[in-house]
Amino acid sequence: MGESLWDLVLRSFLPLVGGAITGTIPLALISFALGLVIALGVALMRLSKVRVVSGIARGYVSIIRGTPLLVQLFVVFYGLPSIGVLVDPWPSAIVAFSLNVGGYAAEVIRAAILSVPRGQWEAAYTIRMSPAQTLGRVILPQAARVSVPPLSNTFISLVKDTSLASLILVTELFRQTQEIAAFSQEFMVIYIEAAFIYWVICVVLSAGQSALERRLDRHVAT
Amino acid sequence: MSPREQPLLGVRGLHKRFGQVEVLKGIDLDIDRGQVVALIGPSGSGKTTVLRCLNGLEVPDAGVLTFEGADAVDFAKRPPRAAVAGLREHSAMVFQHYNLFPHRTVLENVIEGPVRVQKRARADATADALALLERVGLADKRDAFPAELSGGQQQRVGIVRALALKPRLLLFDEPTSALDPELVGDVLAAIRELAAEGWTMLLVTHELRFARDVADHVVFMDGGVVVEAGPPSEVLVAPRQERTRQFLHRLLDH
Repeated sequence: MGESLWDLVLRSFLPLVGGAITGTIPLALISFALGLVIALGVALMRLSKVRVVSGIARGYVSIIRGTPLLVQLFVVFYGLPSIGVLVDPWPSAIVAFSLNVGGYAAEVIRAAILSVPRGQWEAAYTIRMSPAQTLGRVILPQAARVSVPPLSNTFISLVKDTSLASLILVTELFRQTQEIAAFSQEFMVIYIEAAFIYWVICVVLSAGQSALERRLDRHVAT
Repeated sequence: MSPREQPLLGVRGLHKRFGQVEVLKGIDLDIDRGQVVALIGPSGSGKTTVLRCLNGLEVPDAGVLTFEGADAVDFAKRPPRAAVAGLREHSAMVFQHYNLFPHRTVLENVIEGPVRVQKRARADATADALALLERVGLADKRDAFPAELSGGQQQRVGIVRALALKPRLLLFDEPTSALDPELVGDVLAAIRELAAEGWTMLLVTHELRFARDVADHVVFMDGGVVVEAGPPSEVLVAPRQERTRQFLHRLLDH
């Protein structure tokens, strides 16, 4: 064992980054995209005047926020097979993460929609836009600006939470880390290396958030 | 009555209640083609609610609205949503607080309705929009965002946005109330010009002098009813009703 720790760091770097590129990042991106679609639907349901509809949405948000993400993952991956629904690790993870993001982001989107002044709805209606056009062309673009910071938080949390998928056998950054650590027995170094890679991803995302905010701020006078 | 003598808009027995408060207690109103009608009255008199009912922003509890050439909409019979939305086809609204879309440029604000709703060709709608902006002196602001404009400029864009729909009736909800005094003149001048061109307009306003100059017909409302209506030379100069006199005194004292 003439190998230094530094060599180990370098040699494990590519496999770890590989785990991030083939596991963590696509898992986070796909789940976030699907989660946003769910969230928009749930937010609109929450805003519905029909009691039953808003009640269902409220219940959904309550369950998602009131139970641990790890438990949600286990329900999908280990729980569903016992009632005959067998799902592979990847789809299980995507289902659980999307539903989770859907619950959290729904509240963000709902609040953002409510933050757009009522006069904007009225102006759109008086130029005879339909409710769907009003939402898509007038309300959501303005709500987007408000929701970028909190949704960025949600996304950054999700990137880190994908490490939980290692527990349902998805090969992503953290599972790679555990394997290399167990093999090399250099736990401290390898886990810190993994932490560093997560951190770099999140720094890049924060920069992306700032750029997006600047872009959406174009129309706001200084 | 021949169709030519039929008013552009007829309002009969308009009632509206917000919870316990009856805001409109049976309003009758006729607006002829090319007529400029000023709706005045103390705040809380219900005048803005009348305007909002005409544009479908509020659904009256009772009342019949008839636009010339269209089916009467009787709100006592709970008309379908399409009928209420149909009311918007005839009119366009200018808001007290402009309500421009802040994420779109001046030009985009103006052509949004014609292009997205009326499905007109973009080039066509743009040419019309620029001609209208030219007339209110804002053609050079076509690519500015609303937040880069003064209140008076924003309101003139608001007027152009309404005109671009080519409505038969223009509704103005206190169009100068939110403006700094020195900016009011430009907006009033724009409205005055529209009146001269023969647009049919219903204005809720506190500008009595302007109403006297521009309006053909003045309606004074108080407490959810029409107290007095007639030509400005009567209602604003020699009112018959005591409540009208008191209101005019209070406003002119300032």
